Amino acid sequence: MRTFGIADMWFIVEAAKWTVALSLMAFIGGMLCGLVVALARTAEHRAIRAAATAFVRLFQGTPLLLQLFLVFFGAPVLGLDLNPWLAAGIALILNTAAFLGEIWRGCIEAIPRGQWEASQALGLDYVSRMRDVILPQAFRIAVPPTVGYLVQVVKGTSLAAIIGFTEITRAGQIINNATFQPLYVFSLVAATYFILCWPLSLLAGYLERRQALAYAR
Amino acid sequence: MHYDFQFYQVFEAWPLLLRGTWITIQLSLSATALGLALAVVCAWAKTSGPAVLRWLVNAYIELIRNTPFLVQLFFFFFALPSIGLRWSAHSAALVAMVVNLGAYATEIIRAGIESIPRGQVEAALALNLKRHQVFRFVILKPALKAIYPALTSQFILLMLSSAVVSAISADDLTSVAANLQSQTFRSFEIYIVVAVVYLALTLVFSAFFRLVYRRTLNYPDRR
Repeated sequence: MRTFGIADMWFIVEAAKWTVALSLMAFIGGMLCGLVVALARTAEHRAIRAAATAFVRLFQGTPLLLQLFLVFFGAPVLGLDLNPWLAAGIALILNTAAFLGEIWRGCIEAIPRGQWEASQALGLDYVSRMRDVILPQAFRIAVPPTVGYLVQVVKGTSLAAIIGFTEITRAGQIINNATFQPLYVFSLVAATYFILCWPLSLLAGYLERRQALAYAR
Repeated sequence: MHYDFQFYQVFEAWPLLLRGTWITIQLSLSATALGLALAVVCAWAKTSGPAVLRWLVNAYIELIRNTPFLVQLFFFFFALPSIGLRWSAHSAALVAMVVNLGAYATEIIRAGIESIPRGQVEAALALNLKRHQVFRFVILKPALKAIYPALTSQFILLMLSSAVVSAISADDLTSVAANLQSQTFRSFEIYIVVAVVYLALTLVFSAFFRLVYRRTLNYPDRR
């Protein structure tokens, strides 16, 4: 049995780059798809709204782990051979899209009705109404909860360990199997996540308080 | 591309799936009950406890909220036994869920307590309501109404994240699915069925929570 040494610690800390990469992939992809979901949820067309609602209900109503399994085990059925990295990325993007889409829907709906009516009265079409009037205002409200959700995304990437993608948690499992020092190993794993997530949480809290002050005036 | 979906092996195992579903419900409900009890104590400590206790509760909340549930689970299942605390996967899962929910629920309950204006309590006392009446009708019920939506969605989130306890082979629904998968190799079919069960659980519990809200807490308030 070997001891838990510097090289082992470094193996876990270095795996953080994969957690960050997966988080970025999920977050950027999730933001792009989430915008589509938010726009579809607030669309005038009934069928579009219903489809987006079904998407959100489905992804908010089932465990992220199961979504991961369905992509990972479902892809070969469709004739695609996904490695754990891509499977985890796709599942996390879809999941993030559902949650961010729902958060942003709230932000879009928070823009007073008069703004919509005014832009319609000015003869703006849908694209410029959204791009120039509604979304810039919704964006300002959306920043704090979106930063807050980023913490959930980082934590969600830990599930990729279960399908064998070597990020922080999986690195911890590997080192634990070799050294049998679970107390040190998983403390270090938790500390690594904490260092990634805590600044984001603090930033989200700061932005939220600043916004609350702005609205209290 | 051609794939024959074979669901019969999954449906044949329905007694196992039913048992797994029941254990998932049981785990979620008992973790919620214990987690809420923990959260009430922590919320009290955070709002009116001594400074040391406040600091400890804050550290606990930040630590739990900024690390993944899976890592917390591994910590309870692998790390604690290495310093002499032996327990089953089921107990470790339950404790991890309680500790996790406790942190989130503390913040929710604290917000509920702070949502009651002081003047409201003073007004009730001035109207000669008894102390227990003040607590029940002027503090507890409005506070519960304020936090009800956050609390119930936290329950749903807990139930969904409980799928993660399959990573230590507890005996919940997802663990049953993982076992079936290794016996039958019909992984896609199994996980479709299990995902549908989770979706049904979410919908049923949400509907139930809405019904309870309409029956007990749906009264006009100052907003």
